[in-house]
Amino acid sequence: MSNKVFASVALAVALALASVTQLIPNDYFFTAAYTVLLFVILATAWNILGGYTGYVNFGSAAFFAIGAYTTVFFYNAFKAPLAVGIVAGTLVAGLAGLGLGYLTLRLRGVFFAIASLALAVVLFIFVVNWDYVGGARGAYVLQPREVPFGLPRYIHLIYAVQLVMAAIALVVARAIEHSTLGRGLAAIRDDELAAECSGVPTLRLKIFSTMVSCALMGMAGTTFPYYLSYIEPSSAFSLSYAVNSIAMPLIGGMMSWMGPLIGAVLLGSVQQLVQVTVSSAWNLLIVGVLLVLFVTLAPNGIMGWVDAWRRRKGR
Amino acid sequence: MLVVLSTLRRMLGALFIGLALAGAALAQQPLKIGFGMSLTGPLAGNGKAALIAMEIWRDDVNAKGGILGRRVEFVYYDDQTSPATVPSIYTKLLDVDKVDLVVSGYGTNVIAPAMPIMMQRNLTFMTLFGLNVNSKFNYDRYFQIMPAGPRPAIGWSQGFFDAAMGMNPKPKTIALVGADAEYPAMALEGAREHAKKTGLKIVYDKTYPPNTVDYSPIVRAIQATNPEVVFVASYPPDSAGMVRAANEVGLKTRMFGGGLVGPQFAALKTQLGPLLNGIVNYEFYVPDLGGRFPFLEQFLSKYQARAAKEGVDPLGFYLPPYAYAMMQVLEQAITATKGLDQAKLAEYIHKNTFDTYVGKVAFAKNGEWAAPRVMMTQYHGITGNDVEQFKKPGRLTVLSPKEYKTGDLKAPYHENKK
Amino acid sequence: MEVSWALLANAVIAGLLLGGFYAAMSVGISISFGMLDVVNIAHPAFIILGSYIAYIVNDRFGFDPIVVSVVVSPLFFLLGMVLYRIYYISFERRGQESLRGLAFFFGILFITEVALVLVFGVDYRMVSTRYGDVTWRAGEVDFPMRLVVPFLVSMVMVIGVQLFLTHTFFGRAVLAVAQDPLALRLMGVNPVRVKELAFALSIATAGVAGAFLIVIQPVQPAIGREFIGLVFAVCVLGGMGSIWGTLLGAFVLGLAESFTSTFFGPSWAPAVSFGLLLATLAFRPSGLLGR
Repeated sequence: MSNKVFASVALAVALALASVTQLIPNDYFFTAAYTVLLFVILATAWNILGGYTGYVNFGSAAFFAIGAYTTVFFYNAFKAPLAVGIVAGTLVAGLAGLGLGYLTLRLRGVFFAIASLALAVVLFIFVVNWDYVGGARGAYVLQPREVPFGLPRYIHLIYAVQLVMAAIALVVARAIEHSTLGRGLAAIRDDELAAECSGVPTLRLKIFSTMVSCALMGMAGTTFPYYLSYIEPSSAFSLSYAVNSIAMPLIGGMMSWMGPLIGAVLLGSVQQLVQVTVSSAWNLLIVGVLLVLFVTLAPNGIMGWVDAWRRRKGR
Repeated sequence: MLVVLSTLRRMLGALFIGLALAGAALAQQPLKIGFGMSLTGPLAGNGKAALIAMEIWRDDVNAKGGILGRRVEFVYYDDQTSPATVPSIYTKLLDVDKVDLVVSGYGTNVIAPAMPIMMQRNLTFMTLFGLNVNSKFNYDRYFQIMPAGPRPAIGWSQGFFDAAMGMNPKPKTIALVGADAEYPAMALEGAREHAKKTGLKIVYDKTYPPNTVDYSPIVRAIQATNPEVVFVASYPPDSAGMVRAANEVGLKTRMFGGGLVGPQFAALKTQLGPLLNGIVNYEFYVPDLGGRFPFLEQFLSKYQARAAKEGVDPLGFYLPPYAYAMMQVLEQAITATKGLDQAKLAEYIHKNTFDTYVGKVAFAKNGEWAAPRVMMTQYHGITGNDVEQFKKPGRLTVLSPKEYKTGDLKAPYHENKK
Repeated sequence: MEVSWALLANAVIAGLLLGGFYAAMSVGISISFGMLDVVNIAHPAFIILGSYIAYIVNDRFGFDPIVVSVVVSPLFFLLGMVLYRIYYISFERRGQESLRGLAFFFGILFITEVALVLVFGVDYRMVSTRYGDVTWRAGEVDFPMRLVVPFLVSMVMVIGVQLFLTHTFFGRAVLAVAQDPLALRLMGVNPVRVKELAFALSIATAGVAGAFLIVIQPVQPAIGREFIGLVFAVCVLGGMGSIWGTLLGAFVLGLAESFTSTFFGPSWAPAVSFGLLLATLAFRPSGLLGR
């Protein structure tokens, strides 16, 4: 399936799902679905650098927050509509990724991981001290009273936007996976030294992959202030985003674009369910335990099981 | 003819019984109140305490026959003190669990994200200790039970500055310090305004990150500016750190304290013990005023019994009385308007004064308390680290507001640490 | 603000005392990451675990937390051995340690934190020590015992580890396994066993550092995450695989934070520390004393 065909299919599915908004009468579905979609984007984005290239990014929350706070900034400065915030947030996050990559990708992968964590802390402090976007007190982003496209409530709009963004992320991931770039990234993941020796421009590819990954993470965050009407640093930079964006591709399978999607939908839905049924301290415990179990026992995730099962059937 | 009459009578009888049963059936339908509450996360200690208070209220109300004859039931979920969970929780409560009423969780973090939902559905929203949330939304059905007054940032430290300017001679300089977080930022903002109004010169005005390990450099830097008054706005861990650092460094100033969250709870009162002596801080309940708040002592003994069992703040002086009062306001409004019409409820709450366990409660136009009633107190006479001494009067002097004053400020701080 | 020499002196003292404590927290990472190449991001979780164990015993029996932690350290040692076994079998042997090992430890970090929350709740816990509220004053310079005692014990521990590594057979085996595992095998030593015991040692130090932490400040389960960046920053700054480097890095970080707190405002202190880390990674990744 060529990229263009896939993109059209993805977009069509997204729009079809979005029109479901007219049918479901309760808003709970949309609030829960929004969160799951958020993780779909984060997991897919993380996997571009993590699964495809083999570099772990612990700072997913930082880029997510960059997207969110850029939206806030544009809202405060220009009363800009959501669309502007989305574009701006994605770009700024991408630039930040470029900066991080340029600084640290010449080193071993593990330094990149630590640097990404350090970046998250520095950015957090910076945002906390930046009063224009609310600083520690938080910023309010008021949802507009009239909802465009004649949708009943604002949550329906954000949900639809998130669906489209998830489709975009999946299209991008798949396009990279099936391209020469993707093969280069796979070579880096398998053996960077050998790749370098074979003439793969590792640094350039890594930086590009980082940039795309971080930009998409930022994109995931751009609608977040509108979802909550309120954003403050501790929750925007929550480590749960970092953990989930690693756990979900790991559980789903890191080799293809379908893995993060499966992982995010599964794990995200479980977490939403647990939140409204059992005490939520168990929520995190579930994520942690699943992460450890999968990483030790099923390193290729669910997609790995599917592949193994297919192979066995084939025999 | 007689046969017809008797048949009619029997039919009417049956009709009456039918209606009565139907009425009773309707009345049996429980009154479901939904909310999110911080049962995990940084504010869980308070959230759990508030939940206990609300459950005591529910049990008290049901023992008296419920509200409008209906049994009160709670439907609640853990919001993890995280804003991100709030939209899902409240949409589930309203659209799936179909609760009759909602109230908020604890703190701005979980109140603000719920506001759009309340506003979209025109619901009356009782909230628990949010900081000036309504200034952005201007929602006329928002009500706040924290006694900070219509301008929370100002009302919060009013008592502190009144006491400060009551010193003789009047102080000229002040240092402001607090954590990089939501409440302290608001408290400091208010303090800055007070400083401007009273003509105090701000010689130090800095914040520290919440995970600071060592507070001594901060206190030393403050001492180096020689302030006559030191105003601190902090959360429990840094409150503990600042108090210890002040003792370690031997902070010399005329008045120290103001907005420390933490010493209101048993955990910090017992940990810090005598280190608290001399500090001026806000409290919401003081045993010395026990007689002024009838029924509150009763409530507190019920609360304290449960809290000890559940490992929550054993004193309950901070949030629990107000959580109970919030539910009392709601109950009285529902009973008075004889129903759940949200518009009528909001109107009634705006127009009336309520008798609650924390005294008379009235609301301003923006939903905050009509007048601030944050009590500014000074600690003294604390010896050792046991908790029982705090349940009895004699450890706190109430400096402000006037109607509750029990004594005068003893300055300077460093000479009154006993 | 008048910058008196007393203010300066106190800032230096506070920075050094804090640095000593940071060194104790980071020496384990210096071993596990610097020498064994195991990115144990869950290290702070074990520190917090150590804090809680010290807290329970102190709360129940009143014993000094640092003494408790030393007594309990063999348990941590065992825990470290088990953890390394799992890590080795699942990842190192398969050669997939970089990505999956990281994720594994991340999961451990989370599980530990959540387990602590479920058992203890999220309230801050503190210990009471006989020296906790004592401050020794030399003129205008303060030496709070709350910082001094952990500092002294940290120094003993860190220097002890260094001496162990350089003066015992096993210690030198650890240094060797970092440099050349094949050669080590050829000399008849099982590198896996060496790594296992070294990793166990790193976890043991974490347990003891936990006691220091709870003497210095109140502890709750989530604060472990705040120290992840710090301990790695100390090791990278100081230079991987060098205990002296870790010590130096810890002091540098402690001083940087103390000076920033005192003279520029405490809210920028962590940014300075991590800014230093990022700068080191960008310009001198081998650190100050690294190979």
